[in-house]
Amino acid sequence: MIEVKNINKSFEGKQVLFNISAVFKPGTTSMIIGGSGTGKTVLLKSIVGLIPPDSGQVLFDGRDFYNGTREEKKALRQEIGMLFQGGALFDSKTVEENVRFPLDMLTNMPMDEKMDRVNFCLKRVGLENANKKMPSELSGGMKKRVGIARAIVLQTKYLFCDEPNSGLDPLTAIMIDNLIYEITKEYNITTVVVSHDMNSVMEIGEHIIFIYKGAKLWEGDNESIFQADVKELNEFIFSNKLTRKFKVG
Amino acid sequence: MLKFNLLRIFGEYLVFLWRAFTNREPLRIYWKLYIDECLLIGIDSLTIVAITSTFIGAVTAVQTAYNLVSPLIPLYIIGLIVRDMTILELAPTVTAIVFAGKVGSNIAGQLGTMRITEQIDALEVMGINSISFLVLPKILAGITMYPLLVILAAFLSIVGGYIAGTVGGLITPDEYIYGIRADFIEFNVAFALIKSFVFAFLITTISAFQGYHTRGGALEVGIASTKAVTNSCIALLLADYLLAELLV
Repeated sequence: MIEVKNINKSFEGKQVLFNISAVFKPGTTSMIIGGSGTGKTVLLKSIVGLIPPDSGQVLFDGRDFYNGTREEKKALRQEIGMLFQGGALFDSKTVEENVRFPLDMLTNMPMDEKMDRVNFCLKRVGLENANKKMPSELSGGMKKRVGIARAIVLQTKYLFCDEPNSGLDPLTAIMIDNLIYEITKEYNITTVVVSHDMNSVMEIGEHIIFIYKGAKLWEGDNESIFQADVKELNEFIFSNKLTRKFKVG
Repeated sequence: MLKFNLLRIFGEYLVFLWRAFTNREPLRIYWKLYIDECLLIGIDSLTIVAITSTFIGAVTAVQTAYNLVSPLIPLYIIGLIVRDMTILELAPTVTAIVFAGKVGSNIAGQLGTMRITEQIDALEVMGINSISFLVLPKILAGITMYPLLVILAAFLSIVGGYIAGTVGGLITPDEYIYGIRADFIEFNVAFALIKSFVFAFLITTISAFQGYHTRGGALEVGIASTKAVTNSCIALLLADYLLAELLV
């Protein structure tokens, strides 16, 4: 479980996160949604430690990330996997080396065990024959899947995904969403997904937080989101014809 | 304001260096990276260094001969001047400017691209000290390979002077060989090597600093590469002057 308590963040005097608190439970796909520039990614990066907040706490199963020692932080980071918007695969390494990278860096596993784990993870994301490919040879969807394989290779407890289906066609986007959802259930991972894609929200949003201008305006799930009585959320959800039709229906 | 800004950047540079050398990953991890960087920084720079240093030596010999107007000055002076200019200045400093252009821009471009494509963030999320992991092998490879490149550059520059001098009929081979052996001061070689260590450190760290702190997109990566070369050149010329004051 991840507990976020009263997170505030400013950049050069401009506050971008206002006192945000939330709880993300294991085995659940939580989504942080909102328009562009509302602070979703800053919140996500504050949770994973890439952008330290000005105030507030982030607790991973009771362990305070920002008040931990360097060793504690390092140990905690090894339980965190992250899927970046563009995949963030290392250009100079093959798919196999990319997925093996956390094992090479952070474990003393023998090579055959590492390879077993890498092959297992690649198979899990449906890329069993892509070991020797370079990132430049992969499609957008394949890069995301390799990113997921790399994120879970250390038997991650917490998975963070920043816009996992941006730039993908609807079918591939749904496939990536479902993959994240299945992995969350299979390994009882605490998953937090940042997205502004309503298809994703409908597909996998078991727990949703709506961020508007840096503040949390609404919290619920993909069943209750259409009944929410929050003007800003309704404007966000019903911003396209398809969802407006759904609302009328 | 400008002074304050320069101080802030210098402070950030020092913090960057501190982070490169502290909280390292286990040493076994750096070995392959170090070898890769040695190949990239050293071996891949051989051609450009060989070409520039040979021609610099040749031009120095021709220019010196052209300026020797007095028949009282012996011709072996051409060899002596080529040797001393090469060892003291041309091999370490001019090669450093070429090195900054090739290796410095490469380092800044590589790290800048890694930054904007979130590869550096991916390392940080894994709990890896990204500065140490990415920059330390480059610094070590730089200070290993650059002095070797300087030795090669000095040798080829003197050979270039020999070819230009003898083929052009400016000096006989015996005179040139006598010139490059006359009044030799061994410390000059040590001085050139000290310079080469300092220049390699400055070029690799300044370029890495520029690349690592890139923000934005492709345009900013290009700007970071340009800044890396410009700032490295300014720093190494300043260091060249300071070392000359301190050691000569």
